[in-house]
Amino acid sequence: MPVDHTKNIITVKNVSFSYDNVIVLKDINLTIHQGDYLGIIGPNGSGKTTLLKIMLGLIKPAAGEVKLFGQSIAKFKDWSKIGYVPQKAINFDLLFPATVYEVVAMGRYGNKGLLRQLDKKDDAIIKESLCRVEMYNFKDRQIGDLSSGQQQRVFIARALAAEPEVIFLDEPTVGVDLKAQEQFYTLLKKLNLEFGITLVMISHDLDMVAKEVTELACVNQNLTYHQDPKKCISGDHIHKLYGENTSFILHKH
Amino acid sequence: MFEFFQYGFIIRGLEAGILIGIIAPLVGMFLVLRHYSLIADTLAHVSLAGVAIGLLLNINPLITALCAATISSLAIERLRISKKIYGETALSIFLSGSLALAVVLIGLAHGFNVDLFSYLFGSIMTVKQIDIYIILILGLIIAGLLIAFYKELVYVSFDEEAAKVSGIPVKLFNNLFILLAATLIALAIPIVGILLVSALLVLPVVTALQLKKSFKATMLWAEFFSLISVLGGIIISFYLNLSSGGVIVLIMLSIFGLVLLLKRNSR
Repeated sequence: MPVDHTKNIITVKNVSFSYDNVIVLKDINLTIHQGDYLGIIGPNGSGKTTLLKIMLGLIKPAAGEVKLFGQSIAKFKDWSKIGYVPQKAINFDLLFPATVYEVVAMGRYGNKGLLRQLDKKDDAIIKESLCRVEMYNFKDRQIGDLSSGQQQRVFIARALAAEPEVIFLDEPTVGVDLKAQEQFYTLLKKLNLEFGITLVMISHDLDMVAKEVTELACVNQNLTYHQDPKKCISGDHIHKLYGENTSFILHKH
Repeated sequence: MFEFFQYGFIIRGLEAGILIGIIAPLVGMFLVLRHYSLIADTLAHVSLAGVAIGLLLNINPLITALCAATISSLAIERLRISKKIYGETALSIFLSGSLALAVVLIGLAHGFNVDLFSYLFGSIMTVKQIDIYIILILGLIIAGLLIAFYKELVYVSFDEEAAKVSGIPVKLFNNLFILLAATLIALAIPIVGILLVSALLVLPVVTALQLKKSFKATMLWAEFFSLISVLGGIIISFYLNLSSGGVIVLIMLSIFGLVLLLKRNSR
């Protein structure tokens, strides 16, 4: 798939949201282009997860508009273009009886539509998705028995199985050990560069994100957008975002 | 063994028991995995109010129980989504409310106390021929819908948000599922009774979950545990003249204990 970096695929226009009269997001504008690797950072309670959920249609904004692939989100039907890796620790029941294969197969369900069963083609796509995240050998294992890093890769495979153009990730590395985190970011980079998948990732891990992503958005009710993530980290934006007393250390890996 | 089949009620009881025994784990699986186990209990109590209405108005109590359970199930689901009150608070309101209604209705009409006891603890002797047809037809509909929408229900149970993002109409399936669960619970009351119906739904599934298999294999094991418990329970309760509901649930509990024990020893 040729990637056109000038093509807008997601537009957020003047979006605001409040919860019980507390303003969470104020007049947010953001454009995501095809092939972007966008990191969204911000302190706890800054509204970054809310913004992500608004872009996915899980929450309706109080004001403003979201367009996915040129279409207003209320009319958008082509959900297989969108992959989602939720914050795993909250949404995932370790005792759920499912093999790795069964979890990844769920990624195909939306594409199939109602009343249609998965066929050989789906099976091939599921297995290919497992190979891409290097989890094929674990396909018959229980999802709850894997390490956090392995589970997270399975959730990526589930998103990939829908053959999406963009994948949204909500704090994907929470609870994942450092070595697995590095493998994980290598995988994301591969998906972005080799397969042309647009990535939108929420994280609190500033230095890691700044190193990996190509665009950065800092959210704290308002949003500041940066074409060059490293500039954001080195400037005084971080102090504005997290408060004056934040000291910030750039790790040189 | 021959005398066993000479009684019409025992044949009807077995027929109803097998039907319910097959369908209960299909519904129970999703109930347990969505942490809805308490909903089964609540809907069973709502069904008791339905039974009381039926006995009072001289309508088949199975039908009034079905109406009460299905209507309340949709109301419970609405309360759950609205998040105006805690989910379990909504359940306890319905549980105590319907029990209160049942008690008052029973007080209004004296004389059906004998029947009521069998609705509380289950007695296959109350199963009429017409009930078998109702259970068969509604049971086939429940099983058919659960199988037809199996993949959507699995996804919604595992990860509601991701299922929604993938375009699955989550709200529709939540409503459909709770409706099917309510229907099954009302149907199961003659077999195990109001107070034990949640055990019928939950225990075989919880036992199967201990085996740590795939989703499909877990479902099949739950079916197996359910069927042998229901069959064994009805036969034993006949020969020893005991409550069928109580014996079925005790067999289910014994299997659960046995599986836990075997699991511990195999480590």
